[in-house]
Amino acid sequence: MGSSGLFSLVPLIVFLPVAGLLINMIFGGRLSEKTIGAIASAATGLAFVIAVLLGVALWTGSGETVVVPFADWIHIGDLNVAWNFRVDTLSVLMMLVVSGVGTLIHIYAIGYMHEDVRFKHDIPRYRRFFVFMNLFIAMMMILVSGDSYLMLFVGWEGVGLCSFLLIGFWYDMDTLGRPSFANSNAAKKAFITNRIGDFGFLIAGFTMFWWFKSLNFGDVFSMATTIPAGVILFITIFLLVGVAGKSAQIPLFVWLPDAMAGPTPVSALIHAATMVTAGVYLVARSAPLYTLAPQAQTTVALVGGITALFAATIAVGQYDIKKVLAYSTISQLGFMVAAVGMGAFVAGMFHLVTHAFFKALLFLSAGSVILGMERGHHHLAHQEGHGSPESADREHRQQELSDSGHLEEVFDPGDMRNMGGLRKQMPVTFWLYLIGALALAGIFPLAGFWSKDEILADAFQKFPAVYWLLTIAAFLTAFYMGRQVWMVFFGKPRHAVAEKAEESPKVITVPLMVLAALAILGGALNLPGIHTLTSWLEHTIAGVEAGEFNFLVAGLSTGLALLAIFLSWLLYERQPLAEGQKDPLKKLLGPVFTVFERKYWVDEFYWAVFVNRYVDIARFLANVIDGRFWHDFVHEKVIAGTYNWLSRTVLDLGVDRHFIDAIANGLGELTKRISTSLRRLQNGFVRSYALAVLLGVVVIVGYLLLK
Amino acid sequence: MNFITNPLILVTFFPLVGVLALLFIPADKKNVLRWTTLVASLLTFGLSIWMLTMFNKSNPDLQLGFSLPWIQVAGWNISFAMGVDGLSILLVLLTTFLTPIAILSTWTAVEERVKDFMIFFTLLEMGMLGVFLAQDLFLFYIFWEFTLVPMYFLIGIWGGPRRIYAAIKFFLYTMAGSILMLLAILWLGIYQGTFSVPELITKGGIPGNVQLWLFLAFAAAFAIKVPMWPLHSWLPDAHVEAPTAGSVILAGVLLKMGTYGFLRFNLPMFPEAALKAAPWMALLAVIGIIYGAAVSYAQKDIKKLVAYSSVSHLGFVMLGLFALNAQGIEGGILQMINHGLSTGALFLLVGMVYEQTHTREFSVYGGLWKIMPVYGAVMLIVSLSSMGLPGLNGFIGEFAILLGAFGSKAIGSPWFAGVAAAGVILAAVYILYMFQKIFLGPEGSIVEEVKKHGHALRDLNLREIVTVAPLLVLIFWIGLYPKPFFELIAPAVEKLLMAFPH
Repeated sequence: MGSSGLFSLVPLIVFLPVAGLLINMIFGGRLSEKTIGAIASAATGLAFVIAVLLGVALWTGSGETVVVPFADWIHIGDLNVAWNFRVDTLSVLMMLVVSGVGTLIHIYAIGYMHEDVRFKHDIPRYRRFFVFMNLFIAMMMILVSGDSYLMLFVGWEGVGLCSFLLIGFWYDMDTLGRPSFANSNAAKKAFITNRIGDFGFLIAGFTMFWWFKSLNFGDVFSMATTIPAGVILFITIFLLVGVAGKSAQIPLFVWLPDAMAGPTPVSALIHAATMVTAGVYLVARSAPLYTLAPQAQTTVALVGGITALFAATIAVGQYDIKKVLAYSTISQLGFMVAAVGMGAFVAGMFHLVTHAFFKALLFLSAGSVILGMERGHHHLAHQEGHGSPESADREHRQQELSDSGHLEEVFDPGDMRNMGGLRKQMPVTFWLYLIGALALAGIFPLAGFWSKDEILADAFQKFPAVYWLLTIAAFLTAFYMGRQVWMVFFGKPRHAVAEKAEESPKVITVPLMVLAALAILGGALNLPGIHTLTSWLEHTIAGVEAGEFNFLVAGLSTGLALLAIFLSWLLYERQPLAEGQKDPLKKLLGPVFTVFERKYWVDEFYWAVFVNRYVDIARFLANVIDGRFWHDFVHEKVIAGTYNWLSRTVLDLGVDRHFIDAIANGLGELTKRISTSLRRLQNGFVRSYALAVLLGVVVIVGYLLLK
Repeated sequence: MNFITNPLILVTFFPLVGVLALLFIPADKKNVLRWTTLVASLLTFGLSIWMLTMFNKSNPDLQLGFSLPWIQVAGWNISFAMGVDGLSILLVLLTTFLTPIAILSTWTAVEERVKDFMIFFTLLEMGMLGVFLAQDLFLFYIFWEFTLVPMYFLIGIWGGPRRIYAAIKFFLYTMAGSILMLLAILWLGIYQGTFSVPELITKGGIPGNVQLWLFLAFAAAFAIKVPMWPLHSWLPDAHVEAPTAGSVILAGVLLKMGTYGFLRFNLPMFPEAALKAAPWMALLAVIGIIYGAAVSYAQKDIKKLVAYSSVSHLGFVMLGLFALNAQGIEGGILQMINHGLSTGALFLLVGMVYEQTHTREFSVYGGLWKIMPVYGAVMLIVSLSSMGLPGLNGFIGEFAILLGAFGSKAIGSPWFAGVAAAGVILAAVYILYMFQKIFLGPEGSIVEEVKKHGHALRDLNLREIVTVAPLLVLIFWIGLYPKPFFELIAPAVEKLLMAFPH
């Protein structure tokens, strides 16, 4: 098979994960956990192999875009959209990240979910997890490989669905395992917030169609210069609404922190490495449009820059290990969005890739920490206890539930205030976490250093305001990661559980080691002077130029990162946090820290201004307008009342009483035989009906006679 | 032409054969009655497929039809005329497809007066098929009014506690609109000298202001049936009280008689008036979309939520039809089918759990996914289809409608489609609310309540799965590969659009 033949394999990147999910869905009931996990991982792994083959085909070939038609889809009038796959350097890069990181996370999840379903006492739910995960991979592949905005949109909403299903995976409880609507509320919030973004996407799509008469990438990009600039601006701004939804940017970022209700592999795969970067991909994909709309570019860059800084400040004030990482993800997505907004498409995509490595690593390691704490908790319950560990744990939970008045009594394995000193209990996880944290903090020579620096260098040249936003955000990034590492792994255990914490098995740590290696070496993808990624992407994105390495920028950001880590050491390591002690930063910053801790009250604000108002409006429309006014007053009183009065009056005049009654009684007899239950209404109703028909005939005949 | 072997005659009147057979079966042989009705409806479906094989999809005109002189007195020219084209063929198929499914859903739900129920149900099918196939206004009117009678009894005898009120309201409401339509029909028959729909269309020549009055008279009947905001008040009452099978057919097919009426009569017979009315119809449609979605969300009863969602969904169909361009109308026609499948399925599914719990109050539900995993999965797919998730049927229709309306010259402003697109967000709000309150969260009190009566909630049984499976197949098929459906619609819509400036 020649390299051109390889391209025809591209539909398999969707169909392999679909096959995996179908096998597990249909036969999974009879399979063991290991087999289920293996099937799902293999499906994703094979998709990765296909992505590699496609990459090879592009590498050895001309590197130009190949469109692989698969099937017809929607054809109405001028609208003609097909299921066509687009293989180019940008889409293949995304496929590699999604399926590569995805495979590692699938393998990790075999071990993680094995324990998770047991801690939550619902073993049959194991299979469902892998079905949803494979569905996610399939949808993500449609998103990145579609050849039109509409096919991209299928994946775009499809991953939103998977996100909903997986955030709400433990749909019958809250994050601490208590019966509750909390997790399902988080899932719903994510879906609806994303739909607000999708609304923007749709409006952009409609506008695009009526100007371009096409939604296919090729047609749109080649025609873009012939379309008025105002239209392009309109389209790109509405696309940005979609980006803000999917990539959790201001003002639609609020769903992502809540999304941490999902199991940790989900947070790593969907809410850090892949799905949330779809917005960055969309802007990079639409580069030919954005480069024609400078105001849109400025807006995108500012949204990204402000989000990066805003989310970083919130991360400083969080206590939940995953919440810190969630706000960090929002912040890092801000870096990427700012980059692609400034036209630094390669830098944005570069950071997307390295971030996928080290943030997946961080989340999965955090998952390992949480499992370690759960194990400790389990042991503790077992020691105190009575009978088998299972029942002891359940009783323990039940007891926790029974005094639900004291919610703080329920143990939270993700609260960093319960941790401390874990590097002794979980040394492997500690080292892996440290690598991820340093990469995220942008320490030389880890992956994050190179990619973040490329963004900063570009911003320094193109957009100084954004440069400063990002630089401060980078400083805070190093600080909150330092804070987290000191709080979790150093000092003394602040809870009995932390003393009993246990290291994770190999199925969990080995995928992490691969990710750690990538987090260390990932920078090699686009080293200054070599620019592998730049020359790879320039086949797809016109006019990308290799960024220049700026020693001033690199020096400043490294200096700031080191300073931040030093500050975090002063605050959190020199005098380690003791049990029940206030965060030292709180003493230092006072109310400012409270603002960070309470996330600027954005959720409360949205709730008061939008959500509650919508509920009020809906209730008002339903109860007052539709119910009391329209149904009870207009219909029952005015219309039905008048009609009854009229018919009674007319009938009382004696007009045709015999005739109408005859019809009514005849019909009444007939229906009486059919239903005794209807007898009550026969007379009045059928008489009215007959009267209505009669009046109608009179009107018609009268009109015909008098015309 | 051989009248007896005409496919349209056979499809429309075959249900009468079923009725005849039912008459001879003793009323206490419930299962024989059920099987007979099911077989009759399946044979009708088979006949409609046979009709489809004879249908030439590239022909935009009425096909397989005939016209026999019928009532020809005093210069009235009424004929018994039928025909099928791209505007109606999918609706005929939808009717024959949904009827056996609805009958299957009554297997254990209807135990009282099974014989009467089955007779009314089969007569209803005949009436609906006649509505979609009649090509003479007089004949159409007869079928149109005829459908009221069996539906009236289905609600009034087998319905919920307030069934009589709901049945009368349904009947009178529809009647009220129909009387205006009857006047318009008589006007046309007398002044244009024919009741034949194709003849009236080719003849044309009705002055503009008269067109507007005729348009409004027809619209009165159809808008109530759809129902368009603000004429929807009968719908929630009828749905809440109707038995499951009645709701399925009511939402699935009867409402489409309204939208079909606009498509078949208002647009081609009164094009000038339609063009003038388009922005106003679009306005009402958009209000309906938003209003229906918001009111849905505030309901405490599952069936009422689904009923109000129909107001929202049918608003999309109306918006598409009055976009008066290919995307809008083809999307609108497809969305009629989609709504029939999705909302029909929703009513079926609500009915299935109601049979076990005897309540539809959201407050007692919760956490059912764990107990009823198959039911939860099916409900999820149907819900997603209803909220227009790409890859499923609802999206294709909604997208085409909004796209068409956005650039419609007849509507004249993208604002209508823009606001309607916000309805897509609101659809997610009420659909996810419904799904969450039934399936997610902790176990609701109903689980214990059912146990108290000596049995536990069970997942779908084989019959129930067989009932919904065909709907699921179509939900995916139309979502992933709608081409065969659009191919049936497109030529007729193109022909229809010739009457409008482009």
